[in-house]
Amino acid sequence: MMKQRSLIRFGFSALALAALALASPAGAADKIDPVADAKAFKKFFYDKFPKLKPEDFVNGPYSMDEGLHKQWVEKEQFPPYEFAVEEGKEMFAKPFKNGKTYADCFPNQGIGIRQNYPLFDDKQGKVITLELALNQCREANGEAPYSYVRGEMASLTAYMAFTSRGKPMDIKIPDDPRALAAYEQGKEYFYTRRGQLNFSCATCHVQSPGERVRTEVLAPALGIMNAMPIYRSEWNSMGTTSRRLVTCNSQTRGVPLTPQDDEYRNVEYYLSYVANGLPISGPGARP
Amino acid sequence: MKIKLALIAAVLTAGSAFAASEADYKAAYAAAEAANAEAGKLRNQWIPTATALAAAKKAGDAGDFDKAIAEAKEAEALAKASIYQSISEKKLWKDLEIR
Repeated sequence: MMKQRSLIRFGFSALALAALALASPAGAADKIDPVADAKAFKKFFYDKFPKLKPEDFVNGPYSMDEGLHKQWVEKEQFPPYEFAVEEGKEMFAKPFKNGKTYADCFPNQGIGIRQNYPLFDDKQGKVITLELALNQCREANGEAPYSYVRGEMASLTAYMAFTSRGKPMDIKIPDDPRALAAYEQGKEYFYTRRGQLNFSCATCHVQSPGERVRTEVLAPALGIMNAMPIYRSEWNSMGTTSRRLVTCNSQTRGVPLTPQDDEYRNVEYYLSYVANGLPISGPGARP
Repeated sequence: MKIKLALIAAVLTAGSAFAASEADYKAAYAAAEAANAEAGKLRNQWIPTATALAAAKKAGDAGDFDKAIAEAKEAEALAKASIYQSISEKKLWKDLEIR
């Protein structure tokens, strides 16, 4: 009788162990692993475009062929974003009504820090983009927030990006389940098809970089945030990351979300993280 | 006399069966709006749905209920497609992921 019980116990234990052994690979596959993601992401693009140097990717469509690269070199001689950088510099230095400035809201007085945004703020429990941080700074000092898509916000971020040029993107994901969840949600948003055209961000920027959609050459997703904000000839003006995301949604015939909604901040977090190590090239110019 | 009354009744009945009424339009519009609101909760409304809804309202306000109902049904179909897309993408997005 005792022997039978022992056998049954042994049998159950063996079954439980086998179940655990079978379950663990699936569990490992679902684990959120930003380091592995970034490695795979970079490898995909480096393999797809073996002639490009890693730092070339931050020039978007201008990195995709020689003719476009020549256009970029010429554009950089009289860059269309220059006015925005100048305007942003003046705005950045101008005190608020209470006498404080933007510099008081940021580490290192706001100079050369663009590569650290977006960041995860554990007090607010959410991803904070540079655009959101700037408006939080304004509101904390009794000023009205700016539009997230263009104008003053584009100029301010242009100037801040300019002070970070060449610095490697350096996004941190703290060991905080909320930060990991935000990163994962950003990834999900990036790959999810939406809009009547059934496009995801990845449809254009992973599956088809270098290809044309009508007259536009699609940029690779790798390094796409490093050039923000951008002057787009199509817009005939500067635009922020928010503007780019909103217009991407509209182009797939989806109703855009509100700028700086969770989804947009999280996808910026994801895309910036996987480009860690690539230089900031913003502000950029695009066709 | 009886025949005349029967004919009048038949004509009236046929009229209510085939011509769209304001009530039919309102029901179709409400169904489309409800489906679009559901898509909104899934954070995936489509621009053509809003366009069709606006066209339905415009035709309804002008008293063209046939057109209004057709537009409302188009809007409902589009909204339902966006809902289907959102639900199926909950799993399908992983197929596109770079690993």
